[in-house]
Amino acid sequence: MDDGLGKGLWGMESVERPLMVIPGTLTVKARVQLRYSSVLYLPHRDMCSLSLFPAPVTAGLTLREHNNELVPGQPHTQWSDLPSPQFTRDSLKGHSRPESSSKSAFLDQRDTLWMRSAGAWRDAGLYGLLDEITCSADEVPRCLSVGSACLLALLRWASSFHGSLFPHLTLSRDEMVAEFSQMLDWSDGALRSFAWHPHTDKFAVALLDDSIKIYKSHSVTSPTLKHRCQRSVCALQWKPLCGSALAVACQSCLLIWHVEPTSLSTRPSSGCAQVLSHPGHSPITSLAWSPTGSLLVSASPVDTAMMVWDVAAESCVPLQRVGGGGVTYLSWSPDGSRLLAATPVWETRMWTCERWPCLKGSCQSACWSPDGGCLLLSIQGERLVYALTFSDLTGGPKAATVVADLSETSFPGPDGELTVGGEVCSLSWDPRGERLAVLLKGDSVADNHPSVIAVFKTRSVPVFELLPCGFVMGEAGAEPRFMQFHPHFQHGALLTVCWSDGRISHVPFYFSSAGLLGESQKQVLASNTTHAPANKLYTEIMS
Amino acid sequence: MFSLKQNCWFIKKVVIWRAVASIAWSVLLLPVTTAVFVLLSRFSLFHPIQWISECTSLLTASTTIFTLVVLCGVVLMIGFFNLEFYTLVPSIRCSRMSLLGTVLHPRQCVHSLVYCTMGMLVMWCASVTIGGRYSTLGTPCRQSESGEFVTCLNEYHLFLLLAGAFMGYSHSFLGVVQNMYYVSFQPIQQYKYPRFKGSLPAVVKGSVIQSLYSARNFAALYFFFGYVPKTWIASTLNLQIDSSLQPLDSLTGLLDFSLLYHLAISGTFLYLTWYLTVLLFRIYVTEAYSFPVQSTFTEDSEQCLPKVLTEKNTSVMKFLALQDLALLSQHSLSRRREVFSLSQPGGHPHNWNAISKECLSLLSELTQRLVAHQDAVASNGRVKSQSASSDIRSASSSSSGTEDILETPRLSVPLRTPGSVFKSSVGGAHSALTAPFTPDVDSPFSSPAIRRLVGQQDPHSPWFGTVQSPHVMRRGPKLWSASTESQANGSPLASPATIPSPPAANQKPSFLTQWMQNRREQLPEASSQALFADSQAHIWALQGLSHLVAASFSEDQFGVVQTTLPSILSCLVVLLEAVDRHFKLPHASSKPARTICSMGDSTYKTLRFALRAALKTAIYKITTTFGEHLNAVNISSEHRKRLQQFLEFKE
Repeated sequence: MDDGLGKGLWGMESVERPLMVIPGTLTVKARVQLRYSSVLYLPHRDMCSLSLFPAPVTAGLTLREHNNELVPGQPHTQWSDLPSPQFTRDSLKGHSRPESSSKSAFLDQRDTLWMRSAGAWRDAGLYGLLDEITCSADEVPRCLSVGSACLLALLRWASSFHGSLFPHLTLSRDEMVAEFSQMLDWSDGALRSFAWHPHTDKFAVALLDDSIKIYKSHSVTSPTLKHRCQRSVCALQWKPLCGSALAVACQSCLLIWHVEPTSLSTRPSSGCAQVLSHPGHSPITSLAWSPTGSLLVSASPVDTAMMVWDVAAESCVPLQRVGGGGVTYLSWSPDGSRLLAATPVWETRMWTCERWPCLKGSCQSACWSPDGGCLLLSIQGERLVYALTFSDLTGGPKAATVVADLSETSFPGPDGELTVGGEVCSLSWDPRGERLAVLLKGDSVADNHPSVIAVFKTRSVPVFELLPCGFVMGEAGAEPRFMQFHPHFQHGALLTVCWSDGRISHVPFYFSSAGLLGESQKQVLASNTTHAPANKLYTEIMS
Repeated sequence: MFSLKQNCWFIKKVVIWRAVASIAWSVLLLPVTTAVFVLLSRFSLFHPIQWISECTSLLTASTTIFTLVVLCGVVLMIGFFNLEFYTLVPSIRCSRMSLLGTVLHPRQCVHSLVYCTMGMLVMWCASVTIGGRYSTLGTPCRQSESGEFVTCLNEYHLFLLLAGAFMGYSHSFLGVVQNMYYVSFQPIQQYKYPRFKGSLPAVVKGSVIQSLYSARNFAALYFFFGYVPKTWIASTLNLQIDSSLQPLDSLTGLLDFSLLYHLAISGTFLYLTWYLTVLLFRIYVTEAYSFPVQSTFTEDSEQCLPKVLTEKNTSVMKFLALQDLALLSQHSLSRRREVFSLSQPGGHPHNWNAISKECLSLLSELTQRLVAHQDAVASNGRVKSQSASSDIRSASSSSSGTEDILETPRLSVPLRTPGSVFKSSVGGAHSALTAPFTPDVDSPFSSPAIRRLVGQQDPHSPWFGTVQSPHVMRRGPKLWSASTESQANGSPLASPATIPSPPAANQKPSFLTQWMQNRREQLPEASSQALFADSQAHIWALQGLSHLVAASFSEDQFGVVQTTLPSILSCLVVLLEAVDRHFKLPHASSKPARTICSMGDSTYKTLRFALRAALKTAIYKITTTFGEHLNAVNISSEHRKRLQQFLEFKE
């Protein structure tokens, strides 16, 4: 199995190869000898693979985990008061994209060349201006049109050269957003993005028609957010330590909505939104609030710099990194000390950056353990989950270990073989650090190879362990597109899944904590929930 | 005038050395910028080899070395000015008149004059480096009638020199308008080199744009008034004017591409060297400094965080201490332990008590300032004297003890608004530049009534360098200075007394006064900005307090924070109410337009929004950490109701 893992991964000098075969027992001395890179990939001692999993139950929607088993059932027996809306493509498509069609309502009017050039400059920048001049060759002097045509060709050549180095730059904006979105099959589904509020039972869903809906438990009103700039929403995140602010990554800018939690309005005006933009920094595909809520980081695949925003002051600090094709994924560690920006990692004390040069391909998804000491990540196009451990003593990580192999495995089922496994699309770790959900991309051509969510039981103390738990299945024909754990579910973990049929469902995992919570984990939990811990700090005052 | 003899250890040991390091780096960068300038100024597209060889020989020539020495002198001077004038709290002028008064102030005139001279020096260096027709002021020329050689005025050289003077003046002018000397702190901590690297493109872009603007303005100015300096210089130095050449103050003379190119390039060089000095200075001064929380030696105790926080005169030290507090509360477990620790003999939590007391007094001072401002607005100026005086009494602070007789028990010890850290009360006694709201006696626009009133005021009075409500100032009967009449009979805060009507009321309003009155009401947002001008300190205090309190939930072994928790919570809630009410005032919640590509820092314009966000985050931080335990804290029922809102995430 080791050999199967190794291909395409090692990517190192042959000198180092013998070291890597030693499973998990790399000594410090051996590590020092490796000069070329800071990250090694080692197969983990307890590596988990899909063949260890119980066979998926295709009978129906997975309802919950109970007594260590995933229980299927019928969807009408919904267990909780959390809203689980369903959106269909047809109901959303009607009023989308009015901009493209409104042109036909106006008569064609030829402006002067000057006006057209100014408009082209405003709309499409230098490219548009040159294009306009080249196109209206009969109105301008010949030398000007020829010169602009040459300049345009030169620019196109240069950009295509740049694009050949970083292929994603040649994509259109929508394609780029679809490529780097955490939502599987972003462009086709009715749901575009999803985010739980970190402290309350409230979530926001971005839909195909570029609107955002907010659902709360115990509430009938679900505000709809619409804004002129809110197009192609790629990511959503609520501001921690705040009741109202929601950051939205759009195609052209970053929007910060301030939705009053007590307001009964179903359609907050666009005056409630702050628009943050920076030239050259779009489309934005990823954003991350710092756990203290004071900073917001945004990233775009086009821009090599990521922006650190002081949202209230609407000012930003660009963190420039020369080379590379932009930042595609951001994730802040729960203790706020590190920020993963695929693929460099910044530490947030002095904002220095560690580079992991030998990662092949870009990072697709990642998640931090609740204490911020461990990072699981997956790489685009690969079927493996890597783990990196950080500690304050050694500084950055010295080795990445392969902790799970998720290549295709077949299970016998009632209607023939069912194949699961494949490329890792998204990773999610519950806030207690006990369940890990992995979204595996299926094969859209083969009918018995759907996308599935594999759930692992995890433990990080005393040693990091992954144990198989089961597969979360949807209704017949529905595939998972996106998933996120509820940030403070009291009886275990609660996984919210967005399905391909536009449904959002919640799958609870009931378990009692292993009792191995570290000090820091307790603290994180305490700060994440308003639920009172057992030890009372104050004696009650008689009132 | 320059008062470097401030005897604070921090200035002597840290700030001076940081300034010296920043100046040294700007001097070291000079050869680089000069080399780039030489390459660009001699650029010729068609003879690349000749161009390169010319430039290398020029770079090693003795004249270049000499110009470098001159430029070093200029950079030293600029660095010294930065050190002398920088401020952490921007001076915000609430009306166009006060701005005009500042620009025309003698001190500012001297400043502009120095900058004009330095601009001329830089431009002289630039013209010598460019060489060719620009190199000297006098050129030999053949007189038309007699045919003999005489020395003529080289107008190209003069043009560049005057452009340097113009750029120097505009730099000095924009320094006042855009608060060039205001040093703001970045929201994130970075090492100096990455920060420099990150802001270098913006500085280059800014200097290019500024140079293009200045070149355009100067060309227009020279076109209309160019003959005045030209004839004057020619007659003074007894130089002839070469009539065979095209004069530059004509349209055809100015439309010389090479001349304009060299003007823009030299202007960019000038601004770049100056801006780099400013940038390096800002980076060095705002670098975080780690103060020890406690020291084992008693002689070092004044350098420890609790002592340093209470310091009022050295605002840079206070700001850095607050920043350090905010950082340690978030990032350093061991230093937090020291804060929560008890004193060895006695077992008192001196560190925590001092730190929390100072933070709370800062915050309550801001609350009072806001409440006073709201009172002034609500009463629409009718009882403004009373509120003004309370505002002043609460906001005043001074190092001197002269006003102690008038002193009521002070609720708060606020920050000063310093012109510079070095501004002692002697140095800044009559400076409109540094104390924007104080009466400006020297200014040509002050009325006789002000002079009379101010005449009896000693420079140590709390009026100097205090933060005052600009609103009060706006409502005052004077032109643009504050309502000085209230300070003469400064009523204590607790006892509202009726104040006699202003003595200047019997003055007849002249046309000029009316025009000025109109000009005075022009900047609506400024009063709000000025109220929150020093709010960076409050933001750090909020962050530091909230994170320390949150950390105390698990780290505070002796329960030292518990005793102060009620006062902290009520202080935060009261401040939140005051801030909420402030944002309901007109103009308070309107966002300022963003300025692009200028060296002046405009972050102070949005500080009030940052403060509101930081305040809410701070309360949330505490409520989410403590959760239901907050019900056991002894606070009033309204405050508890408000905190319940936070517990339910309904804010």
